[in-house]
Amino acid sequence: MNIVVTVKQVPDTWAEKKLDASDKTVDRKSVDNVMNEMDEYGVEEALKIKEAHGGEVTVVTMGPEKAVETIRKALSMGADKAVHLTDESLHGSDALATSAALAKVISTLSPDLIITSSEASDARGGVMGALLAERLGLPQLTQARKVTVDPGANKVSVERLADNGYALVEATLPAVVGVVEKINQPRYPSFKGIMAAKKKPLTKLSAADAGLDAGSVGLAGATSTVVDAQPAPPRQSGTIVKDEGDGGAKVAAFLAAQKLI
Amino acid sequence: MSDNRLSEEHETLRKTVEEFAREVVAPAAAGHDEAKTFPYEIIAQMAEMGLFGLPFPESYGGQGADYFALCLAIEELARADSSVAITLEAGVGLGAMPIYRFGTEAQREEWLPVLASGRALGAFGLTEPGAGSDAGGTRTTAQLVGDEWVINGSKAFITNSGTDITRVVTVTAVTGEPVNGRPQISSIIVPVPTPGFSAGAPYSKVGWHASDTRPLSFQDVRVPAENLLGERGRGYANFLSILDEGRIAISALSVGLAQACVDESVKYAKEREAFGAPIARNQAIAFKLAEMETRTYVARTAYYDAAWRMLAGLPFKKEAAMAKLFSSEAAVTNAREATQIHGGYGFMNEYPVARHWRDSKILEIGEGTSEVQKMLIARHLGV
Repeated sequence: MNIVVTVKQVPDTWAEKKLDASDKTVDRKSVDNVMNEMDEYGVEEALKIKEAHGGEVTVVTMGPEKAVETIRKALSMGADKAVHLTDESLHGSDALATSAALAKVISTLSPDLIITSSEASDARGGVMGALLAERLGLPQLTQARKVTVDPGANKVSVERLADNGYALVEATLPAVVGVVEKINQPRYPSFKGIMAAKKKPLTKLSAADAGLDAGSVGLAGATSTVVDAQPAPPRQSGTIVKDEGDGGAKVAAFLAAQKLI
Repeated sequence: MSDNRLSEEHETLRKTVEEFAREVVAPAAAGHDEAKTFPYEIIAQMAEMGLFGLPFPESYGGQGADYFALCLAIEELARADSSVAITLEAGVGLGAMPIYRFGTEAQREEWLPVLASGRALGAFGLTEPGAGSDAGGTRTTAQLVGDEWVINGSKAFITNSGTDITRVVTVTAVTGEPVNGRPQISSIIVPVPTPGFSAGAPYSKVGWHASDTRPLSFQDVRVPAENLLGERGRGYANFLSILDEGRIAISALSVGLAQACVDESVKYAKEREAFGAPIARNQAIAFKLAEMETRTYVARTAYYDAAWRMLAGLPFKKEAAMAKLFSSEAAVTNAREATQIHGGYGFMNEYPVARHWRDSKILEIGEGTSEVQKMLIARHLGV
């Protein structure tokens, strides 16, 4: 199995996120950056499939120079090699532009399976799996809480999370699979893994290397624009209900007014 | 806490263990503390991460890192749970390290891969009911009868000695008449189980509730003559050199606890309001926090330096003793102050600082009391 897993470096989940005032893109300089937590589940699933069926796991990311830290983390967990698409011209790419760039890179790797996570914790679009499948002309199985690969039959089946249970869906390989965080428990890298990661092959591509047209990516190629942004208002203090024998009724009335019951 | 002396690999390891401690160790700490249960599931994950093999070469199943890497891991674990940190420290520093340092090639090959993998734990039995740092008090004996050692006696306060995964205990015992007026003490490897060896019920301790500490009893325990670890009569001297580096690890553990007290107290002091403002606004509290942070910083700097000297092959015994002395006392002081800052809540077990307070006192005692550290330091001053 030749498995590609996409990862993204994002501002630390716990950090206060801000937009850069000049171009309204996410400010990545003033905060710690980490691997998107959801992507750890994707990497883990890729490694488990590789351990079960053999093959190779290639990490693909698009992002600034610093995103190499996230690549190293995936490599230290056990991925075999990585491709880092990085170029000033890619700055500000929206989901559509990003998917075009990633699809271009991924298609050169001829994978049997492409694994994405359900969403990144910064933009929270949750569309990359679907966009990649569309661009690559491959079937997509998203929201997977369990993945079963049958290389002999050239098939992948997943348990797809649904509102009231799950749906069993399958597709022929190659396919794009999007996993949710219920699927596994990502491993922590060992020291040996950390050391080995430094020696694993890492291909750095510029936009031109990847054959991308500068006008189709970055802020220039974005089909959507952030026109304005405001910081979230501070949370209002809660409503205090004094129990004078009618506390229960008051709470019920409050919940009903919020349309929660 | 990043330091410009940390190499990229050390820093990545530190961050990985920090993440693991926050996500896995911390949430389970109060439960294991309350129930006094050994955290097998956490130890198994640490084994997967290779933490028990950090300072050993890959040829013995280790990770090929170094003692400083082990110390960083211990510090980060101790920020979440001292019991977990001491299980690693004792398993590696006292269980496996003597075999690595003084073992024959056969002994290393037999024991290190399984100990470095973390699937099994080793323990070291030095302390006895009537002998700790005073070697002359050792009562446990080992007699060479034919091609076997016959061991009789008892040991006290032995960490990791009675878990379900304990596979080996190395003990010090009197193996003959004194040589040049000094007791003849040797180290002997005792596989677990061996008939006649038994680990007693766990002690009821003030802290470290999730770590395994037991008394050991040896009644005509027979092991092959080749289980002698290191030279006959060098058992005590060898173990002292293990304690020298162990002090750096205990210092790291102390720094982790001291840091946890700072972190919890800063958070609490900013949230908790009294007389209309967060208590952190009061200088009485803010100055305590400043002092706690300073103590932690100085203690960390001391153990980093001692570890660096050790790895550079420079004399480090005095520095290790000073780091242990200072950081264990810093931990106890920080834990006391953290509890004070938390007020009544600091005395409640649902707050981590209460556990840190109970877990801290042993740091001034284990692997050489503060008084023993001062004896060592004074000796280096020629007094």
